[in-house]
Amino acid sequence: METVLGRYRNLIILVGVLFLQVLGLAVQVKRTSDAESTRLIRVWAVGAITPLERSLVWGQTYSGNLWHNYFYLRGVRAENRQLKEQIDQLRLEQVRLNQDAEQAHRLQALLSFKERYISKTVAAQVIGSSGSDQSRSVYIDKGVSDGIAPDMAVITTDGVVGKVLSVFPSTSLVLLINDQSSGVGAILEKSRLQGVLRGTPNGEVMLERVMSDEQVAPGETLLTSGGDQIFPKGLPLGRVAKVAGTDSGLFLNIKVKPAANLGRLEEVLVVLAKQEHQATAEATGRVRTVDIMAQRLPSVPDKPAVSAGGAGAGVPGTAANDGAAKTITVKPQSQAGGKPQTSAPPVRPKPAESDTTRPQGSISMTGVANEVGTNPASGVTTAAPPKTVISPGKPAISQPKTATPATGTPASEDDSH
Amino acid sequence: MPITYTSGEQVEVYRFRVPVTVGVPLLALFLQAFVPLRFPFFSIFDLPLLVTIFFAMARRNPVSGLLTGALIGLIQDALTHRAIGLYGIAKTVVGFGASSLGVKLDVENAGARFLLTLGFYLVHSAVYFTVARGMVSLTLDWSWSRGVMAGLANAAVGVALYFVLDRFKQRT
Repeated sequence: METVLGRYRNLIILVGVLFLQVLGLAVQVKRTSDAESTRLIRVWAVGAITPLERSLVWGQTYSGNLWHNYFYLRGVRAENRQLKEQIDQLRLEQVRLNQDAEQAHRLQALLSFKERYISKTVAAQVIGSSGSDQSRSVYIDKGVSDGIAPDMAVITTDGVVGKVLSVFPSTSLVLLINDQSSGVGAILEKSRLQGVLRGTPNGEVMLERVMSDEQVAPGETLLTSGGDQIFPKGLPLGRVAKVAGTDSGLFLNIKVKPAANLGRLEEVLVVLAKQEHQATAEATGRVRTVDIMAQRLPSVPDKPAVSAGGAGAGVPGTAANDGAAKTITVKPQSQAGGKPQTSAPPVRPKPAESDTTRPQGSISMTGVANEVGTNPASGVTTAAPPKTVISPGKPAISQPKTATPATGTPASEDDSH
Repeated sequence: MPITYTSGEQVEVYRFRVPVTVGVPLLALFLQAFVPLRFPFFSIFDLPLLVTIFFAMARRNPVSGLLTGALIGLIQDALTHRAIGLYGIAKTVVGFGASSLGVKLDVENAGARFLLTLGFYLVHSAVYFTVARGMVSLTLDWSWSRGVMAGLANAAVGVALYFVLDRFKQRT
């Protein structure tokens, strides 16, 4: 017996070590909970490797900054001039975009649209990778001590990078969107088709769950849909690179080129908090000529508050119940319970058009009296759904211009002439 | 006082100092995790595997070879988000095989080293894929052309790396 054990000692140890590892693997496979996935060996390994990576990245960044910020300043003056010109152009564009955004906000307020946006981020530096083609993930230099938690979205200015998978005291593991175990809710910008963005074993990114009878054009932009509750809606994911049918023929095989350069990540942003709030309309837009004239000309003092029984008159957010009246007031929902929150200049009511007292920040809607209705319970006026131009599955913000008539802006322009 | 790993066989067995025994695998793991960030093509190399093969062949002791492979593989697993044990099992097999062959073959020759590294790279990939598909249900694409190309690249780098690491060898 001893001879046999001695003779096959190496083989027995090999089988024993393999058996232990297979056993450990089986236990991990059985436990599917991610909460307990951070094992001690993982903490030790990360603790041993990442400090070296962190110091190397720090040294690289420091020396790079020293060179670029203090020594290599050739062409900075010319670049500065170019940037100033670019700023001027962007300012012009900003004015136009502000107009569109205001219109979109007014529409969103009318539809009780809930905005979700990124409210807090933290910048992090990518210090290492998993070092394996089978695990497309990177380490960043921010961890629990910086407020990072699992399932937080990680982005760059170009687009979505991935999500936080594991968190350690001063580092975090980020799962990239091109890993085969990742999944992101996605929506095509133009066609508004929704699908799931997944990575493949060879590191490509595919959009799945789009029916084969749909039309998807190469080059179309892909955005986050927000349906996964991790990534805020509307962040760029990539562009459609190639469209083909699947073997089953049921779904399209859509290859996507990620917006963020996942192969060369240096700095990323971790979304610490997202905020959801009711869209509010700010009447900071154009002031009508008649209103300015009304302010300049001598006028009678403001009417005292009308009693509650006054057929809706004086109740904010209700339309004048006059068949001929074409001006109504819409009060944003955020103001329903308190004072107005807008910075718009006070605008006197037009005596001849309506008896309705218009509070600050209300939206004037002329000529669309038949398209809006008042909710008697809340006192909030909302747009009648059939008349809105927003198609199902298409957020209002995507077509601000087509919805312009509902905001009353053109009417204001007409009045001003 | 250096720690020695001797097999007692009648072949030339080498030992390594503790800093080399610990530092070289850690450096390989570090480079494997860090360099692909700057040079993505570098991920085709498997430096921890090359280090496993080198130590196993030099020590010529199957037990120390498989234990070295298991340890390096498990740490490599720990840096990924996959289950711990995939690389561990694959490198345990490679460590055992390399040290067993090291007893019987002349592994000082560059040609032999090249062929052995190529062979062990393919064995490592095969074991990894088998375990990953069989136990963890990972979907992995196996491509012979890519596997052989990566094996050749690793073998070429391995031969150069072994000559550098030979300097740290100490005769028992």
